[in-house]
Amino acid sequence: MTATDDQFSEFSATRRLILKGAIVVTLTGLGNFSFGAVPALAAANDKWPEEAFKQKGQADAIKALYGKTAEASDKVKLDAPEIAENGAVVPVSVTTTLADVTSISFLVADNPNALAASYNIPPGTIPSVANRLKMAKTSSVTAIVEAAGKLYSATKEVKVTVGGCGG
Amino acid sequence: MTIRRRDFLKFAGAVTLSGGLSRAARAADNARVYDLERFGNVRILHMTDTHAQLQPVYFREPSVNLGIGAMQGKPPHLVGRAFLDRFGIRADSADAYAFTCLDFEKSAARFGKLGGFAHLKTLIDRLRGDAGSGRALLLDGGDLWQGTGQANATQGADMVDAANLLGIEAMTGHWEFTYGEAALRKNLERFKGEFLAQNVFLTAEAAFNDAKAFDPASGRVFKPSLVKEIGGHRVAVIGQAFPYVPIAHPKRFTPDWTFGIRDDELQKLVDGLRNNDKVDAVVLLSHNGMDVDLKLASKVSGIDVILGGHTHDAIPQPITVNNPGGVTLVTNAGSNGKFLGVLDLNLAKGKVSDVRYRLLPVFSELLKPDPAMQALIDKSREPFATPDAEKIATADRLLYRRGNFSGTMDRLICNALRGELDVEIALSPGFRWGTSMMPGQPVTMQDVLAETAITYPETYVQSMTGIQIKDILEDVCDNLFNADPYYQQGGDMVRVGGMSYTCSPNEGAGKRISALKLDNGRTIEAGKSYKVAGWASVNQQKGTPVWDVVARHLRSGKRADGHDTDVTLRGVDDNPGLSNQG
Repeated sequence: MTATDDQFSEFSATRRLILKGAIVVTLTGLGNFSFGAVPALAAANDKWPEEAFKQKGQADAIKALYGKTAEASDKVKLDAPEIAENGAVVPVSVTTTLADVTSISFLVADNPNALAASYNIPPGTIPSVANRLKMAKTSSVTAIVEAAGKLYSATKEVKVTVGGCGG
Repeated sequence: MTIRRRDFLKFAGAVTLSGGLSRAARAADNARVYDLERFGNVRILHMTDTHAQLQPVYFREPSVNLGIGAMQGKPPHLVGRAFLDRFGIRADSADAYAFTCLDFEKSAARFGKLGGFAHLKTLIDRLRGDAGSGRALLLDGGDLWQGTGQANATQGADMVDAANLLGIEAMTGHWEFTYGEAALRKNLERFKGEFLAQNVFLTAEAAFNDAKAFDPASGRVFKPSLVKEIGGHRVAVIGQAFPYVPIAHPKRFTPDWTFGIRDDELQKLVDGLRNNDKVDAVVLLSHNGMDVDLKLASKVSGIDVILGGHTHDAIPQPITVNNPGGVTLVTNAGSNGKFLGVLDLNLAKGKVSDVRYRLLPVFSELLKPDPAMQALIDKSREPFATPDAEKIATADRLLYRRGNFSGTMDRLICNALRGELDVEIALSPGFRWGTSMMPGQPVTMQDVLAETAITYPETYVQSMTGIQIKDILEDVCDNLFNADPYYQQGGDMVRVGGMSYTCSPNEGAGKRISALKLDNGRTIEAGKSYKVAGWASVNQQKGTPVWDVVARHLRSGKRADGHDTDVTLRGVDDNPGLSNQG
């Protein structure tokens, strides 16, 4: 291993911690946070999508945000718990092997407003996003990846339970 | 004792074996039921969910254990006669007594208690010796430290001593976590084996604050696996803790840790052990529960055998599951020390070439207690012997807990809550541990604690609306009957007192519970408030511990005033997970 590699891995470790810190910060609101944080703000088409966040239903939110529909894809890898340990902070993450990713969004179908977060992904950024969702009740969680102008999705049911009475 | 020995002779066929000696050969001498012919080059002994029962126990297997959807009619969801038929066990045999609820009282009188760590120790040592020096491995699947008043009072420390004397080489956990991180770590410092859990990670906050972890890079709190050299072969054991600890129990016990099934991480671990560590066999020591293990086995490749627990299913033969990488065998080894799993592997380079599995009932009448273990048990019991041995009542019927919806023990607990706390409705958790008591048997504090000893025993009394009560029942019911096992938690239905309801297990979430009525026949109304008592709440409560409430009720000599709880089942008439016994 070369000195450069060492520096790089140290840098990576530090960067991961900073990112973790940043993710905790996003808990306080639905800010537009993404992995390439600073460049993202400079990306084109970064206007706050007010209409999309206002929609109640999932289909309407996707339409308002993207103006098209998504197809399910096994190239979108959504990681979410089967049963939430705490419905108020449900950790979810998305990675994808799709090329030319420009945006990643999370939707909770049965939340009062389905769209929970949307991230712009600048060119050259690894398309990997982690987020927490507030969920009042059991619902499907959908991740949308916009890549090369098309929409792809993955969906998983996350159960929110009152807990207790385990064996 | 003489009579029982004769019963064993007469009804030999004791100990269901998949393979091995013919039944006729074993019938010759009851002492030989534990003589297993030699097979393979590695022997793995598996115990699980003993719930700290150091002494032999009675434990009635369920008469209701419904499987829903694809799980219907398949192990472990078979009871009574259907269970005997599936596994080729003769009715009226010692095996039928150990594995099913059939004729429980009659058979208990004939075949006696099962389990007990001194008896287990004798059996384990014998099976180790038979395998040859250094060729056996003893694993515990968790729920070792909880289930008695003594274990609760010592926070599981008594069980660490027993585990060390037994020679447990690796374990995973579930109720172990309910003692909290400090007590858990203190016990593990003294534990001579390894505590394995691939699916417990630091929360993001805890990782950020540099909380203690086995592997800070991945956030894994515990060592995920070990590799053991046995007879020139390399065997990997991966630990899988109960995936839903912070949901099934108060989150305050494990604030820094996050759990889950995590089959992606598991797959990576298996691949690493196969490709980098060049192991010859991979065994998953699991506390997932059997339905979860069966699904996991279909998704994750490269595991040879899953040694399972949690759901307390005593399954005599492994279930074969196909997955993209080949085949995985899934077992579940019962509870309360009643059984010992014996997995004999014939290992070749990089693979398991043949397997033999037996689930041996631990008939305490047939095993001489190990003196060293008996001395340890007696000594550890000393501080508790006097206060806990006082007789406070006599069992007026068979008292048991296990079953999807109710049992006589929980009816008694619900009656105690209603009688002592002056409420209309009582709720009691559907735990699967808790020993059985014979009619006429004296009930001591030790017996009451064997049904109730947890770290959050406080009772509560509160007002709930009809819709809140229905929502609780629906929520727990979905944890039991969700068609996807990954969404189940593995307990049984919450028990109710003072009310009845209808349950349709095949329906979807939120649609299974109907016709809620009070014992006086009045319908429970959605908007109306009712006074409800319960215990084992995941929210912090301040009431009297439930064991004191139950003891007070028993001492008062009051008989149950309400009639027995009725749960009417819909849509399960043909389900072989339902027996007409009990």
